[in-house]
Amino acid sequence: MLKKEIVYESTLDHDFLEEIYSLPGGHEIKKCIQCGTCSGSCPTSHVMDHAPRKIFSLIRAGFREEVLDSNTIWFCSSCYTCSVRCPKEIKITDVMYALKRLAIKEGKTKGKKAVVLSKNFVKLVNKYGRNHETELMTRYIIQAELFNAFKFIPQGWKLFSKGRLPLFPHKIKNIDQLRKILKKVDELGEI
Amino acid sequence: MKYTYYPGCSVKATANLYQESIDAISPILGLELEELEDWNCCGATAYMSVKELMSFAISARNLALAEPFHRDVVTPCSACYLVLNKTNQYFTEYPDLRKKLGQALEAGGLSYSGNIRVRHILDVLFNDVGPEKISSLVKKRLDGLRVAPYYGCQIVRPEMGFDDPDDPQSMDRLIESLGATSVEYPLKTKCCGASLMGTEEDLALRLCCELLTGAESAGAHCIVTLCPLCQMNLDVYQSKVNRLCRMKHNIPVLYITQLIGIALGLPSKDLGLDKLAVKLTKPVKEILQGA
Repeated sequence: MLKKEIVYESTLDHDFLEEIYSLPGGHEIKKCIQCGTCSGSCPTSHVMDHAPRKIFSLIRAGFREEVLDSNTIWFCSSCYTCSVRCPKEIKITDVMYALKRLAIKEGKTKGKKAVVLSKNFVKLVNKYGRNHETELMTRYIIQAELFNAFKFIPQGWKLFSKGRLPLFPHKIKNIDQLRKILKKVDELGEI
Repeated sequence: MKYTYYPGCSVKATANLYQESIDAISPILGLELEELEDWNCCGATAYMSVKELMSFAISARNLALAEPFHRDVVTPCSACYLVLNKTNQYFTEYPDLRKKLGQALEAGGLSYSGNIRVRHILDVLFNDVGPEKISSLVKKRLDGLRVAPYYGCQIVRPEMGFDDPDDPQSMDRLIESLGATSVEYPLKTKCCGASLMGTEEDLALRLCCELLTGAESAGAHCIVTLCPLCQMNLDVYQSKVNRLCRMKHNIPVLYITQLIGIALGLPSKDLGLDKLAVKLTKPVKEILQGA
């Protein structure tokens, strides 16, 4: 949460806004009129440290740590309701994705379970060419929820007993082609 | 009508009942779905959270593989639909991205010129087959069955153009073409929590609770959906929703293709109905048997 004590302007990060502008889609936050349609439309804003409207305001004021440490970006479920309702047509979901990537890049991921899930998803897709839901959840539980592992059993069993949870992954035939593409992207650098 | 079919990873696993029902109804409706050879994961929401250009690149590989066939790509998964469409759209709109994606595909011996249209199977069922044709093929009219049409998010948002982002109607019309009643369901495009069910379970369970309560108070006998993640969250997690929210929801959650299959008179084993976690309830069974 925002610290209650006074924050002096000199302590804020004035480069943060420029940095966000340079992210893909980041310059769009210039257009924000702080109307709050995004926060009002968001299905998860009630559990966010800062609802989306406030995130934009914090970015513009230079509250770097508060933005990147907040749970807001990880509670975004990509439902795109804010994006289609924004009167300034800001691609808010894309901005949230950009913030997620920046937070990962800067290591602001402590206690963020969604990061564990996403990173393992990427690993599996790079390995097999496809997602393997069984292995994804197993990796996730071991890395992020080991002490809560039992809570995943009932639903896992339900899926398995209904034949909805294949044990073995499917690897695409031309995985080399996919890897060549990914290697090239690596050379080109992210956008 | 022939299409290039992109199933997506979920449809091959946790949503295999969706695939079974699609396989069963397609020939009757005159749909020829030819699976794209060696397709890879679209990247969904998770890949985009970690690497942007890479996620567009893996998605673009599928479009490049599909292009030589000069047919529309059809997918039953809302996340695949969104991601493949988004890749297509940004490929056209952002020249820098287009250039980089072109180079990346070239490294894999592929090329893409942006000429593929990606469509959801609901779009095809509604616009290419159409409620009239489906209605004419119905063998068991589902009179008396009250259905809550749940669209979820990524099929209607961001706007892809085939239905309204807040109050879509295509699935409502399809339900009515089977003789059933599509109930007034204002939550039809509200989020189920999607992959937050894995990482923030209580939050997602409460979102699902709202959806289930809304459907039941609208007097629905069942919910019908078209997205693998929505179906799993509402169906497989329903018992958990009940425990957390102290509710007694007992409402089956079917895929629209399963409901169509029932009305076409197909046997339930061909439609994957035995794989539903919440079994068909007595009133639903009675209507289906009486139909």
